[in-house]
Amino acid sequence: MGAGLDPPRRFPADVSPPVSSSFVDYLSRTAPELLPGRRPLPPGIAAEGAAHATTIVAITFAGGVVLAGDRRATMGNLIANRDIEKVYAADVYSLVGIAGTAGVGLELIRLFQVELEHYEKIEGAMLSIDGKANRLATMIRNNLGAAMQGLVAVPLFAGFDLDATDPTNAGRIFSFDVAGGCYEETDYDGIGSGSLFAKSALKKLFRKGMTAEEAVRCTVEALYDAADDDTATGGPDLVRGIFPVVWTATAEGAQRVPEEQVAAIAREIVEARTRSDTRLTHTRP
Amino acid sequence: MAMQFGYASPEQLMRDRSEYARKNIARSRSAVVLSYEGGVLFVAENISTALHKVSEIYDRIGFAASGRYNEFETLRAFGVRLADLRGYSYDRRDVKGRAVANAYAQNLGAIFTEQSKPFEVEICVAEVGATAADDELYRITFDGSVQTEPGYLVIGGQADSVLTVVKDRHDTGMSLSEGLRMAVDALSSAGGEGGQPREIPRAQLEVAVLDRRKSGRTFRRVVGAALDGLLNNGGGTEDADAPAVAVPPAPAKKDDPAPPPAESGPESRAQTAENPGTAEPTTKG
Repeated sequence: MGAGLDPPRRFPADVSPPVSSSFVDYLSRTAPELLPGRRPLPPGIAAEGAAHATTIVAITFAGGVVLAGDRRATMGNLIANRDIEKVYAADVYSLVGIAGTAGVGLELIRLFQVELEHYEKIEGAMLSIDGKANRLATMIRNNLGAAMQGLVAVPLFAGFDLDATDPTNAGRIFSFDVAGGCYEETDYDGIGSGSLFAKSALKKLFRKGMTAEEAVRCTVEALYDAADDDTATGGPDLVRGIFPVVWTATAEGAQRVPEEQVAAIAREIVEARTRSDTRLTHTRP
Repeated sequence: MAMQFGYASPEQLMRDRSEYARKNIARSRSAVVLSYEGGVLFVAENISTALHKVSEIYDRIGFAASGRYNEFETLRAFGVRLADLRGYSYDRRDVKGRAVANAYAQNLGAIFTEQSKPFEVEICVAEVGATAADDELYRITFDGSVQTEPGYLVIGGQADSVLTVVKDRHDTGMSLSEGLRMAVDALSSAGGEGGQPREIPRAQLEVAVLDRRKSGRTFRRVVGAALDGLLNNGGGTEDADAPAVAVPPAPAKKDDPAPPPAESGPESRAQTAENPGTAEPTTKG
């Protein structure tokens, strides 16, 4: 950390105006060792020793967007963490979740949160939602080297677009690839190991103009389907009381859906899918 | 001081610089910072609605300045960078007002002794505590001297006459609307014709608070209807105390409580969505 943390005796050239409003740019000039993607990595594939976070889903509704994630992190065939949180508010109107190497992804989220807050404080105005997505893409691009060695993390970004002309269409979703590609998705999207199943579920569940409650239910159900078929995705844990993390972003800002509400939805889904009889193995006559 | 002829004693040099800075700061408009029951209140007289004299540094730290705009704007950005870097490197709770005040003092002191022109600014760094007794108010002047002031402080041009009113009437148990009206009375007590009180137009009041009871980012600007309400009715109802501007919650962390919902929609946010970056470099606040 060194020089960056000690208050300098006078304004160094790098904070004298004009400087950029980006915290990442500031770090890259003053404390590059704090940036992910700037650290030398030993050769070889490093992924085995790190925890992996799995499925994230997003779906739009009339007036906003929902982002939800399961709670499991895996390390190979083991469960590394049962109650990890992978979905966060990026700022007051946007949400971000990660799949992939948990350490890299969580650091990316933390840096992204500071990046948005820093810009807002320095400039006195918030970035547009496209501006936020582009910043996130740039930050992922910086991690490409580590990604090539197995330390891959990709986010799913969603938010309420304050500049949208029609508030019912203001929920927006962006997905990314490891090379820093940024793609806007329509209606819904999912990332992570269980996303194949989650997206299939969302495809059937999605309707235009849903309410927030319906959209929340869709994400919980999609995550249930992902957990059903993907071992790395955690389903609702009724025994320990661990349920997906669900956030919404609307004109009122980013809000976490109360755990009790998610728990009630998850219990209903489990209830609806529970067979009353037992499934007998076929016995030959 | 490279091309100087003759000899000037260090005392003479320092005296000249102090005089120069004092004279110019005396022409600036004042700002009042005080503890009230619900937090720390900033009230500044500011003819510009776009170029702020009061701003957010970090979760519980605010900044007020008077003097030369381009110089205190540099200081403000420096403070934001310092705070964000510390918070990112350690934890959000580890960013303290004292550290920020110290860094300002070091820098202003160095500039005062080493450069031919001192900064023509007087600034305040305020940190809101759990109770009014825990609030920390620092005044930092152009030569790098720091004072901690219990309860209230006044910076800028007519500090002495404004201070007389504040000293008389301030009480840390006062409500937001009492504190605000007292601060406005104090600011308008000086500068009228022949030393008479004058009326400060409402549009020239810049008001912000650090809300003691909030978690995460506590800074919010009080503008528009909320400001009118506080200035008009003495009651200071809960509604009038409600924030007028959405400030994003602190980045969610696993061990933190869920951030409070954003308190207002985009309409009220628009009122403060100005960009202080487009400044005339010589604007005096």
